[in-house]
Amino acid sequence: MSKIRIATTSLAGCFGCHMSFLDMDERLVGLLEYVEFDRSPLTDIKHCQPCDIGLVEGGLCNAENVHVLREFRQQCKILIAVGACAINGGVPAMRNHYTVQECLEEAYLNGVGVDNPMIPSDPELPLLLSKVHPLHEVVRVDYYLPGCPPSGDAFFTILSDLLAGKEPSLPKAMLHYD
Amino acid sequence: MPKSLSSGAGQQPHDHLLHRLHDLQSRFLHIPPLEIAPLATELDLPVSQVESVIDFYSFFHRSPRGRFDILFSNCTSCGGLTLMQQLCGLLGVQPGVTRADGMVSIDQTSCVGMCDQGAAVLVNGRTLVRLTAAQLPHLAQLVNTATPLDEWPADWFAVQDNIRHAGLLLNDTLSAGDGLRAAVQAGADQLLAEIRQASLRGRGGAGFPTAMKWQFCRDATAPEHYVVCNADEGEPGTFKDRVLLHSYAQQVFEGMALCAYVIKAQHGFLYLRGEYRYLVPSLEATLDAMRTANLLGENILNQPGFNFDISIVLGAGAYICGEESALLESLEQKRGVPRVRPPFPVTHGYLGQPTVVDNVETLVAAVHIAVHGGEWFRAHGTAQSAGSKVFSVSGDCTAPGIYEYPFGISVQDLLEACGGQDAQAVQIGGPSGTLIGRAEFGRKLAFEDLATGGSIMIYSAQRDLLAVVRNFTHFFAHESCGFCTPCRVGTPLLRKYLDKIASGHGTVYDREEMARLGKLVKRRSHCGLGQTAANPLLDLLAKFPQVYAERLLHQDYEPFFNLDAALTTTRELTHRDDAEAHLS
Amino acid sequence: MSNTLFIDGQEIPFAPGQTIMDASLEAGIYIPHLCHKPGLTPHGSCKLCTVEVDGRSVSACTLPAAAGMKVDNNTPALQEVRKTLVQMLFVEGNHLCPTCSKTGDCTLQALGYHFGMLDGHFPPFYPRREVDASHPDLVLDRDRCVLCELCVRASREQDGKNVFAISGRGASAHIIVNTSSGKLGDSDLTLDDAAAHICPVGAILPKNHGCEVPFGRRTFDLHSVAESDVAHVGLQKTEHHDE
Repeated sequence: MSKIRIATTSLAGCFGCHMSFLDMDERLVGLLEYVEFDRSPLTDIKHCQPCDIGLVEGGLCNAENVHVLREFRQQCKILIAVGACAINGGVPAMRNHYTVQECLEEAYLNGVGVDNPMIPSDPELPLLLSKVHPLHEVVRVDYYLPGCPPSGDAFFTILSDLLAGKEPSLPKAMLHYD
Repeated sequence: MPKSLSSGAGQQPHDHLLHRLHDLQSRFLHIPPLEIAPLATELDLPVSQVESVIDFYSFFHRSPRGRFDILFSNCTSCGGLTLMQQLCGLLGVQPGVTRADGMVSIDQTSCVGMCDQGAAVLVNGRTLVRLTAAQLPHLAQLVNTATPLDEWPADWFAVQDNIRHAGLLLNDTLSAGDGLRAAVQAGADQLLAEIRQASLRGRGGAGFPTAMKWQFCRDATAPEHYVVCNADEGEPGTFKDRVLLHSYAQQVFEGMALCAYVIKAQHGFLYLRGEYRYLVPSLEATLDAMRTANLLGENILNQPGFNFDISIVLGAGAYICGEESALLESLEQKRGVPRVRPPFPVTHGYLGQPTVVDNVETLVAAVHIAVHGGEWFRAHGTAQSAGSKVFSVSGDCTAPGIYEYPFGISVQDLLEACGGQDAQAVQIGGPSGTLIGRAEFGRKLAFEDLATGGSIMIYSAQRDLLAVVRNFTHFFAHESCGFCTPCRVGTPLLRKYLDKIASGHGTVYDREEMARLGKLVKRRSHCGLGQTAANPLLDLLAKFPQVYAERLLHQDYEPFFNLDAALTTTRELTHRDDAEAHLS
Repeated sequence: MSNTLFIDGQEIPFAPGQTIMDASLEAGIYIPHLCHKPGLTPHGSCKLCTVEVDGRSVSACTLPAAAGMKVDNNTPALQEVRKTLVQMLFVEGNHLCPTCSKTGDCTLQALGYHFGMLDGHFPPFYPRREVDASHPDLVLDRDRCVLCELCVRASREQDGKNVFAISGRGASAHIIVNTSSGKLGDSDLTLDDAAAHICPVGAILPKNHGCEVPFGRRTFDLHSVAESDVAHVGLQKTEHHDE
């Protein structure tokens, strides 16, 4: 039987969800009997092949985030929004309190300690969206795994359910938004 | 501001906050921050109450409007948003932004009740009707030359009654005082018995039995009782109260006095929507004439102890104040937020005292019943809907205007009377009412079938019904008071879904989500506004599903915002326009 | 006729003048609520206590109990409605739990847990609202305000002051301070006022406190919201932000 393919990525996030993913610890070893990783910071594969499950950490703050999210949506049968940022923007969405112009001016022109003030225009740099958005505003999301970050137990629970072909559900004790 | 408004009939312990704010808005073109604390002190109100009222009512502004503040109705019948754009072009202004020289500001406003003679605008609160594109250059010139409104062509401001078919009430020529004379001769008990015999039901749309309301109020023991006439006729497409207040005002006030006679009230209020401010001078003149004729004031018609007088309180652009308990809050100089019920106004109304709140038309009917008796009234209409109904007919018909018919007339008959036979759909009772298609034109206008406060909006086959429903949905989101969660959050969300679908970006999923949310808003909201806000979009879904289907994208999902537009600012700031600087 | 009513078939007593909510809480039956607090005038705005009486949707916190009344409370349909209402409250404001020192003690959040809410579901509004840090001891962060008016009522009814009010209309409704400047620092609100502590979310918070109790060990990490306000349980929120 072929293994379940999982891809993971972090968009406008802090990789904390990925760290928490690794908190599954020794259970990861057992998991690897059934799954293999496609695109992921863990594999350094740059683009997704068709996958069964996509885990997306972080919200959308720039154009590149949108491209990556679309690739995940296109390639993954099941897309899971992982963590507070993917679900409602999280910490990066605090910048929505300001206009993107105010943010860039503070960071590159007027902020304390800015040398050679200029807003960078290198095409290598992804352009910022006017606001930070959760994933579900741009693509259909199949499941949500809240938490900042979700615990290793929560990751294990949702993946175990999916591997068993069950509708995933999270025990109340594992449900938290912080 | 007519002086009479601020002086009033002397029944308010002090000037009404809304009037003082109207006054400041007129003088300074906004409410100057430095005026707020002194006003609060003078009126003995918390400064937060004054602040909250300023931000609640649409006609008060925090920053100066133009010397000419021009508000175009955005109603589907009397609206003229195309004209608004044209005038903006002629005058070099953006909607909602006062021109740099301070001369003019242009914006939109909810229906101004001129649906039979649009396009309609308010210029510094004065109503201008039958505006056409041809007039715009002249209007622009009058603005640019700072010509006072009194020197503008008088016929621009000539609001017509447009009574197309008069019936039981409008045909009946009563003399001033006929109702009161009959009442004092028969006595209050007998008058109440006649109202009950007549089976008169409230004309605002809900149809509560009037005699029962008066009886409850009369039976409530309290130091004071009040009569309030609800003239906050804000339902888009409704304008019959405008005509009654213009040409039958004497009967409206007499109806209030009859109610006062029954419930033993000494004070009454006419709560008039701000859009009808132009009616104030004639209404005050009518009140004065009635005082002179001893139809108001002390010992009315020489009945010892029958003391009653009426003050006019002018609203300031808030549809929700048509809801009776919100209206009472507004009368009490607060934000117009509907109260928790029970208790009901008949026991706990204005200032916590027993209060009857009646529709304008109900009070007029009461006068006729006082004169002719309950049997006479009961002989017209249907089993559950006695008497006649004054309909406000507008939209795609040859003769928009006022039509009075006995209850029970079919929609089809009314359409034939007004030249609206080509309708594909009719909105009965305004946006909060019911949308019907041709298959339902045989239905009867009566409480037992299609209940209505009187708004009949006709839409021909040329109309885009989705645009109509979108207009209504925007209206409700704009007018939601913000008290309860379902309406405060739900109406802007419904607006978002509908905008998405109307712009061709909606999917089947969006339509289903909109319907699910719509049902929640309808079922769980605090008051009638929220409970009806989703009616247009749900009715359209039930009766004209193809109107949605034609707009939907055949794909799984579509973003809620324009991704490429979300990069506009950063493209400009970085001077980039390469492929990576765009999202499709 | 005896003074009893039925909540999901369970017969409970009520005293004259009690609402459905009063009677339920006293009987130890939880009806979800956010804008209600025993001892303050009921408000009926959040609609989380929506129950059905004879199929009619009503607010349990404001509707007087009546003999023989049959109330549907804990039904799958009503729980779904309430979850949607919580989602609506989440998307309306800026409720970024990881950034809020009220997290773990927040009733809105706890209601989300109670209903198994995983996401905000709707497109977020991301409103831009003013933060007022002018008070020496308290901060007013309007981003998190859910317009429950508990502070408005507590100030008037319990503190004998009138510090807060709701201004504006519809989606622009917002909380204001009853001072000429509109600033909390100019008000007579003090740290020991009921209004300073009653906020069910993180809109009014004491300054200089926040992380005495770590995430994961706070009130609603250890208790269900259903235990709160139910008579005889007397759930105390963690007092980490008090001296």
